[in-house]
Amino acid sequence: MTIPEGLRYTREHEWIRVLEEGRGRVGITHHAQDELGDVVFVELPRTGDELGGDDVFGTVESVKAVSDLYSPVSGRVTEVNESLEEQPELVNDDPYGEGWMIQVELSDPAELDGLMSAQEYASYVSEESGH
Amino acid sequence: MRYISLTPEERQLMLQAIGVEKTEDLFESIPVGVRLGRPVDLPEPLSESSLLADFKAMARKNACGDDFAYFLGAGAYHHFIPSVIDTLVSRSEYFTAYTPYQPEVSQGTLQAIFEYQTLIAQLTGMEVANASLYDGASALAEAVMMASRVTRRTRVLVPEALHPNYRKVLGTYTGNHLSVTSVPADSAGSMDPETVDALLDDRTAAVVVQSPNFFGVVEEMEELGRLAHRRRALLVAVTTEALSLGLLKPPGEMGADIVAGEGQSLGLPLSFGGPYLGLFATRDRYKRQMPGRLVGQTVDRKDRRGFVLTLSTREQHIRREKATSNICTNQGLCALAVSIFLSTLGKTGIRELAEQNLKKAHYLRRRLAGRLVFPGPVFNEMVLRVDDPESLNQELYREGIIGGLPLGTWFPSRRDQMLVCVTDQNTRRQIDRFIRVLQQSRVTV
Amino acid sequence: MNRTSPVYNLNEPLIFEQSSPGKAAYSLPPLDVEDTPVEEILEPGLIRQEIRGFPEVSEVEIIRHYTRMSTWNYHIDLGMYPLGSCTMKYNPRLNERTARMPRIAMVHPMQEAALSQGNLKLIHRLQECLQELTGLDAVTLQPAAGSQGEMVGILMVRAHHEAQQRQRRYVLIPDSAHGTNPASAAIAGYQVVSIPSDSSGRIDIRVLRERMNQDVACLMLTNPNTLGIFESRIEEISRIVHDQGGLIYMDGANFNALMGYARPGDMGIDVLHLNLHKTFSTPHGGGGPGCGAVACRDLLAPYLPSPVIERDGSGYRANPDRPHSVGPVHAFHGNFGMMVRALTYILTCGGSGLKQITETAVLNANYIRARLQEYFHLPYPTPSMHEAVFSDKTLEPFGVKTLDVAKQLIDEGFHPPTIYFPLIVRGAMMIEPTESESKAELDAFVDAMIRIYHRAREDADAAHEAPRLAKRTRLDETRAARRPVLRWTPEEEA
Repeated sequence: MTIPEGLRYTREHEWIRVLEEGRGRVGITHHAQDELGDVVFVELPRTGDELGGDDVFGTVESVKAVSDLYSPVSGRVTEVNESLEEQPELVNDDPYGEGWMIQVELSDPAELDGLMSAQEYASYVSEESGH
Repeated sequence: MRYISLTPEERQLMLQAIGVEKTEDLFESIPVGVRLGRPVDLPEPLSESSLLADFKAMARKNACGDDFAYFLGAGAYHHFIPSVIDTLVSRSEYFTAYTPYQPEVSQGTLQAIFEYQTLIAQLTGMEVANASLYDGASALAEAVMMASRVTRRTRVLVPEALHPNYRKVLGTYTGNHLSVTSVPADSAGSMDPETVDALLDDRTAAVVVQSPNFFGVVEEMEELGRLAHRRRALLVAVTTEALSLGLLKPPGEMGADIVAGEGQSLGLPLSFGGPYLGLFATRDRYKRQMPGRLVGQTVDRKDRRGFVLTLSTREQHIRREKATSNICTNQGLCALAVSIFLSTLGKTGIRELAEQNLKKAHYLRRRLAGRLVFPGPVFNEMVLRVDDPESLNQELYREGIIGGLPLGTWFPSRRDQMLVCVTDQNTRRQIDRFIRVLQQSRVTV
Repeated sequence: MNRTSPVYNLNEPLIFEQSSPGKAAYSLPPLDVEDTPVEEILEPGLIRQEIRGFPEVSEVEIIRHYTRMSTWNYHIDLGMYPLGSCTMKYNPRLNERTARMPRIAMVHPMQEAALSQGNLKLIHRLQECLQELTGLDAVTLQPAAGSQGEMVGILMVRAHHEAQQRQRRYVLIPDSAHGTNPASAAIAGYQVVSIPSDSSGRIDIRVLRERMNQDVACLMLTNPNTLGIFESRIEEISRIVHDQGGLIYMDGANFNALMGYARPGDMGIDVLHLNLHKTFSTPHGGGGPGCGAVACRDLLAPYLPSPVIERDGSGYRANPDRPHSVGPVHAFHGNFGMMVRALTYILTCGGSGLKQITETAVLNANYIRARLQEYFHLPYPTPSMHEAVFSDKTLEPFGVKTLDVAKQLIDEGFHPPTIYFPLIVRGAMMIEPTESESKAELDAFVDAMIRIYHRAREDADAAHEAPRLAKRTRLDETRAARRPVLRWTPEEEA
């Protein structure tokens, strides 16, 4: 399982990568996509939507399951990954790269401190799966 | 009991294997307090012959299409049904199978539904269709609820000339969520775009239009679509007479976003109101908001074409209370009958059958032009002014005719009006007889 | 697509692919009125162009096409169809015969009651039979499916609370319930609160007591539940719910386990739906049509969908004049053809026959359970009624899962059971044989399951490859969902 350093993680298995100028890019973790299986559809918000921290911003679907997507931080959606519409499999193939989901303008960068580091997330995942 | 295949000896062996003495022991988890301590109070079993005699006795108390000429439509139509349909839908392989949960052993049902989806999409001029809705009325209700999901709005405009039963069913389904505003019919019997425009607002999820409408009038819906779309509302087109789509411009070519309708006209017997089939079709972009099941094409491990139930995450077995609908299956056998009907008539037959309806209705219409309540164009139904519809129906009955629907029950201001239907099943002689009885009755125009 | 397989019917093209201009499968009588051109009757703007891609085939081709496709379906006439909670029982042919009697099947739903007395009587008789079987006071046959019946029932519950001027917000639903239950509650505008099952597989009474309060409109339960287990503490459950002014809705999907033994009306149930296509033998038809009759106590009768069929002097009528009704859910009387079949079945079996049916259904399920339990894990050892739920736990060490068992059953000549439901059992296999099966058929099924069990230990790879003998091997559901192809399109457009 890959958990890149430098990203921040949520208990619902989303990651956020801080970009320049107070923006962040959000997706789901390798672990999350693995649990879901083949992703067949991703429903994303519209550009301009305002999200609160922990708000549901969309859903990700496999053949037989649906999961809500939770926003790690509050902010305005500045971009959504349009290519997921045609290629939802990007979430499986490259969850931290091409499979990103939305980009947000952080309204409170301090919220990032409440999220987990890679190390913390790794131990959270292993606890959660009972190992 | 001829539907059970166990001998007393086998029962004994089975009880031994289970480890109990008698069958009653298997019911011990039912507390004594709620057990039925007496035999069920129903008649003794009937033999096959006695049962048939019993049903024949009931059947004799009905008037049916074999004995009478019907001029009654109003949402259920007497049309030609090719013999191949009953032969094929009576095959055990279709009628004793269940929902195609296991695609490898259900390819027959799945391919049939895939073909049905295609046929209905073609007929309505839409992109996607499914086979899950129960009847026209609940299909309309589901269409309106879908429009509300898509637009995230809660108001809907419906025409006065919507089938009154559809209107009621819509109320049952949406009473707790949506507000319904009625659009009065204009003097031609149709929906007036100006009136619609004045009623449209930014809370409106959908404009519903029925064509042909309950008064039989064919609606021009293009302008309604434009007006709805300008307000970001959807146009929901509904029809109770699907055969009209064989001839009339389909809603998909006139801006409809969702098409709902009753499929009975397409090969299903009248059967006292059911089982019928709800038609449901929409645009590709709304497919994930559809209620009910969908069949999709895929391949197996050897790369051969096959079909499966798909986009299931919309549905109740996965999304439970967040599902797009509580529907959990399809109207398989009715959809199969409609598929066979459409394939049998095909491109030329559907047109010819629809034209026969139009022309026979036109024949009646020309001869009773003075009694027409609405001047608008019609397919096979129209409203006639008659003095006393109920007593006219009595006179018609004596002449072997089941007359039209007296409108007074539904529309109190229309007590002197009757909704009359002429289909391919009405011969010219029947139509002439209908006209004669009507003209001889004590009617003032 | 060409028929490439040497097996004649393994690759039946779509009907559209068999079409060529000039073929026809119909004949209509010549038009016997004046042949006015369509354009003179209707404005050209209202008339459609020909329907592109619509089939043109001969009658022979129609018959062959649908016959060939039919051979790819498993069906109850071929053998046991043990789909749990679906009650796939034999569909008697006599039912089909009565439903097709012209004077029954060719009646218009809007013709006057005086001309439809036979059919109205038929509906009324079926209502009375179901009242007796359920121990409830009133019945509607209008809902066209179980799910629609559920919606009706919950709307009636809502109407009752509204009449009490006491609006409630929640519906309690056990976690073992079918997905339609929460979906129906949501349509009626309720929020769903889940009640966990206890270690016996029944409703956890302690939690029920905690979560039941005056904001709860009703408890929706299935009895026997989807684990095939009777809710033995039903009397206590009834008290807990009713003491707070709540009602109990019962999903009657599993009514085949109760006939002649117990009646919902005697258990404190206020309203329930029955699936005529399950318990009362009407065919499943590849998914429908069904009939979701709803029965209720007098308390709720005013809210039944209108019209109701009632006695009117010496005859019968459909009474639409019911001010408190939740309203109709069908344009006409519902799926009447299914009512004809169900009444035929009930009168054929009689009260004694129906009891024997329940008895046999429960015996058959318990026999399967007894024979399979050494091989497959029973997550709840509580006594079973008409179905038994196993899991794939004993196969886990070999990497063989429920899906593999299901697909191997296909190669063994059986339809698989309901799988991965109820959701509270990991890898669930829910087996309901019904009363229709002979001992020989049950033994053949059990033997097939035991072979599958052994094969898992010996050759897990083979398990993953099943089915080999069906028309298709496993189908790619991911591909179907990622790039949905939901209709045929002419090649030049595709």
